Amino acid sequence: MNQISIIPFFVIIPLFTAFLLSLIGRFIKRLFVDVLSETSCFLLLVASMYSLNMLRESAAPALIYKVGSWMPPFGICMVLDGLTSFMLITVNLVAFLVCLYSHNYMEKYTDKPKFYTLFFLMLAGMNGVVVTGDLFNLYIFLEIASIASYALVAFGTEAEELEASFKYAIMGSVASSFIFIGIAFLYGFTSTLNMADMARVLSAKPNQWLIPFVSVLFLMGFGLKAALVPFHAWLPDAHPSAPASISAMLSGVLIKALGVYAMIRIFFNIIGTSQAFLSVLMFLGVLSMLAAVILALSQWDLKRLLAYHSISQIGYVVLGIGLGTPLGILGGLFHLFNHSMFKSLLFLNSGSIDYAVGTRDLKEMSGLREKMPVTAHTNLIASMSIAGIPPFNGFFSKLIIIFACVQAGHLGYALAAVVGSVLTLASFMKVQKYAFSGELKEKNQNVLEVPGMMKLAIVSLALICVLAGLLLLPSFRFFLNDAVNVLLEGRKYAAVVLEGVLK
Amino acid sequence: MILYLLCLALFCVGLYGVLRKRNLIKIIIGLGIIEYAMNLFFVLLGYRYHGRAPLQAQDQQVLNMVDPLPQALVLTSIVIGLGVMALVISIAVRLYEKYGTFDITKIKRLKG
Repeated sequence: MNQISIIPFFVIIPLFTAFLLSLIGRFIKRLFVDVLSETSCFLLLVASMYSLNMLRESAAPALIYKVGSWMPPFGICMVLDGLTSFMLITVNLVAFLVCLYSHNYMEKYTDKPKFYTLFFLMLAGMNGVVVTGDLFNLYIFLEIASIASYALVAFGTEAEELEASFKYAIMGSVASSFIFIGIAFLYGFTSTLNMADMARVLSAKPNQWLIPFVSVLFLMGFGLKAALVPFHAWLPDAHPSAPASISAMLSGVLIKALGVYAMIRIFFNIIGTSQAFLSVLMFLGVLSMLAAVILALSQWDLKRLLAYHSISQIGYVVLGIGLGTPLGILGGLFHLFNHSMFKSLLFLNSGSIDYAVGTRDLKEMSGLREKMPVTAHTNLIASMSIAGIPPFNGFFSKLIIIFACVQAGHLGYALAAVVGSVLTLASFMKVQKYAFSGELKEKNQNVLEVPGMMKLAIVSLALICVLAGLLLLPSFRFFLNDAVNVLLEGRKYAAVVLEGVLK
Repeated sequence: MILYLLCLALFCVGLYGVLRKRNLIKIIIGLGIIEYAMNLFFVLLGYRYHGRAPLQAQDQQVLNMVDPLPQALVLTSIVIGLGVMALVISIAVRLYEKYGTFDITKIKRLKG
């Protein structure tokens, strides 16, 4: 029982750090601000590892923390199951490395304590979305993370950044209101807000017209948060405009925690999936995969190119999960993990280039390999991962998704996934060629490699990219399998949670 | 039923403002109207005609009471709306300082 009380700390630690930093950040030394935020990120990482271990040891499908000891479905509960601990580790691992990276990178911006405050608010929102077991609570955390991210996109307060942030804020708020109305409809029908109880009521009391209507509302809302193609217009502006470490957080984990995770949790575990919904999801996935990668090919701004690739890779994740077969969901979730690693690495590398050379235009940089060997090599690893070259992690997850497509009889989608992968490779060949090989430009003679903390962060991410393929080995497989099982059991989630409450 | 339809009409007015208006401030007003419409909708869900406040007192049975939960949730949602509104307005003010206009069609340095 005592162990379970670790669950709320995923929200408490970042919220408290944000509060503390906004209060005392101005009066203490810069170094102390950095150390404080790195410590709390590290604590979060340790706590998420510990929670995975705790879940394994308890052998229960889900651990439930009752906030204020109120019994669910009346009180709010927090649920830790396989999918939750998978997402917690992904989010907090990226957050910790990004926090290390920000130590040096954010020096060029003036107000570091404010940056960390917003960063931790965003982290609190994401962790909250992942652990909560209450639908309205999910909306609250989603809004906390979104508002913090709107502010972070505008952090540089240059003209372009403000423009991108305004666009993002307006579209994000409209998406949130669709989600809110969907929640209101579900509450009106089931008279409960607890996710497990709602699933129970919905399966006991089926309804003809409500489910499709609410599904469309949620698909629009979460689709916009996840930047699936018809709703993607904000992402290529917003992600490049933020500081590089925030771009890494936004592309790496925010669109997954707020978009993909919340969507699949609601659809698979509460509303219940239908074949029609899965077909829509697969179609949107393939559409994002191909449309975004074609748009990416013509980009010359490095960060904008990476942002388009985020949309494309989210397409792979959604395609894999949309297949609905065990293999498909495994591939989708594994690609979600891998994409957070290599996409944050790529964004951090673009930030390193920006830090050292001062440009994001691919035509302005060339021959940086001599001057920045670490960045060049990590970028090569990340490029090969995202394009799906064999020993790296991206290859395995894409392979599983393609196999799952073939197994489910969707040969066209499998072909589309291969084509998307080839186009991705083409566009990253361009990045490597223009940024790192060729003649060194005259004005770049004095470029220096980035400082130690930034190197540490990018090298760790590159190592994860190389080693993450090992997660498929039988002894590490539980990490993914537990998450997959949560989605496969569908509405049995209700029984699992409501029984877990009584323990 | 007519109340729900009016609520939908209000939502559509807000959506029209966000999608079709060119002035930043009018877009923000549209966003505000959307928020009012959705809060109103949620309160309406819990409302009962001739209902009374859900207060428990001794020796008194409350029979026909209004559902208090949506009202509590809407309070939270209003606060969130306030946060978004404050942020968006401050961004709009900064945008005006940079571009010298509120016209969204003239604010387009980001392309492609």
